[in-house]
Amino acid sequence: MECVFGLVGNDFAVVVADTSAVHSILVHKSNEDKIMILDSHKLIAASGEPGDRVQFTEYIQKNVALYQFRNGIPLTTAAAANFTRGELATALRKNPYSVNILLAGYDKETGPSLYYIDYIATLHKVDKGAFGYGSYFSLSMMDRHYHSGMTVEEAIDLVDKCIMEIRSRLVVAPPNFVIKIVDKDGAREYAWRESVKDAAVASA
Amino acid sequence: MARYDRAITVFSPDGHLFQVEYALEAVRKGNAAVGVRGTDIVVLGVEKKSAAKLQDSRSVRKIVNLDDHIALACAGLKADARVLINRARIECQSHRLTVEDPVTVEYITRYIAGLQQKYTQSGGVRPFGLSTLIVGFDPYSGVPSLYQTDPSGTFSAWKANATGRNSNSIREFLEKNYKETSGQETIKLAIRALLEVVESGGKNIEVAVMTKEGLRQLDEAEIDAIAAEIEAEKEAVEAAKKAPPKEK
Repeated sequence: MECVFGLVGNDFAVVVADTSAVHSILVHKSNEDKIMILDSHKLIAASGEPGDRVQFTEYIQKNVALYQFRNGIPLTTAAAANFTRGELATALRKNPYSVNILLAGYDKETGPSLYYIDYIATLHKVDKGAFGYGSYFSLSMMDRHYHSGMTVEEAIDLVDKCIMEIRSRLVVAPPNFVIKIVDKDGAREYAWRESVKDAAVASA
Repeated sequence: MARYDRAITVFSPDGHLFQVEYALEAVRKGNAAVGVRGTDIVVLGVEKKSAAKLQDSRSVRKIVNLDDHIALACAGLKADARVLINRARIECQSHRLTVEDPVTVEYITRYIAGLQQKYTQSGGVRPFGLSTLIVGFDPYSGVPSLYQTDPSGTFSAWKANATGRNSNSIREFLEKNYKETSGQETIKLAIRALLEVVESGGKNIEVAVMTKEGLRQLDEAEIDAIAAEIEAEKEAVEAAKKAPPKEK
């Protein structure tokens, strides 16, 4: 039921993830941020087993930071993607992580890029990608409307189209989504799309 | 004495660990390093031995960062430093991963000192031949700190300290001239202290400044400018001393 998708635009990459934390039939919370800012110019959108998701992405994040301190320069997106895939592959036949990842990044030399990394350590460099049941709808929408070199407005429009499809056609559609973007100015949160707001905790 | 200085794990009859003391000798032969703590800033300065003409000086960084908010300078065996720095960097990230908090300066200093001590109590190894100066700002509290460790594994916090070549002279100077400063004044104090034992000029010293925002390496031009300021101040003081007696 977790929906994660993303695409590469003109000079940026955008990733979207649903924000429901679900356990069997219970929704724990609907504002769980599943897109981690890996470093200044990389985003990891992850879906899958909640424990593995957090554990694995934090582990990758700290190793990416360590590389930067050791070597004085940050990893490229491709290097980070390959490192992530390598860690999944190493664990696969012993103690696999059940995490699917879309890694988006911006490199000064090569521009924006998006990597599809699934839980059995498949790695693909893609222009658009998606995971989960929502992928049936978001991939179809993106196949229809995507073209290379989209502007931010066009891309967000496409993202909203995808979210609308998921909301209307997926039986247990997640109500809320978070959109994050990465470009030459860095990785940052772009917007939330909420149809259900978590009630604020009442003060004592 | 010859029988008690081979193995690290052997005390001499008068209670010395000679290998550790010899390691301290190695530190005394290393380049001078100075650290000064201000109210909102901590400054590290290291003597740069004149670079060989063909050497790319950018590849010889003497002040390194362990994390966004912690930096280290050292005196002694640089190869040993690489090992220690690598372990400390891993520990900084590991701490962040397990407790979701950046390390405090005291924590990482304790870690490095603990590592140095381990190698004074194990068989078949020798101590690390370096003393470190560790600076940083504690996360959340934003308090600046300066710590020093040595090959024996002891560590303590300092307002200002020096290690390496001629560290005694520098420390004496600091003891005489230290006062609570901030910003540019702290940088000047650190450079003044270093220039007591090092030839003046941006080419011969490396200076880095740690503020709440992070570590900043001063470039040669900046150091030259401050060194020139210091020279001018010194000359003014000299002139003032000489002038009054003549006015009789």
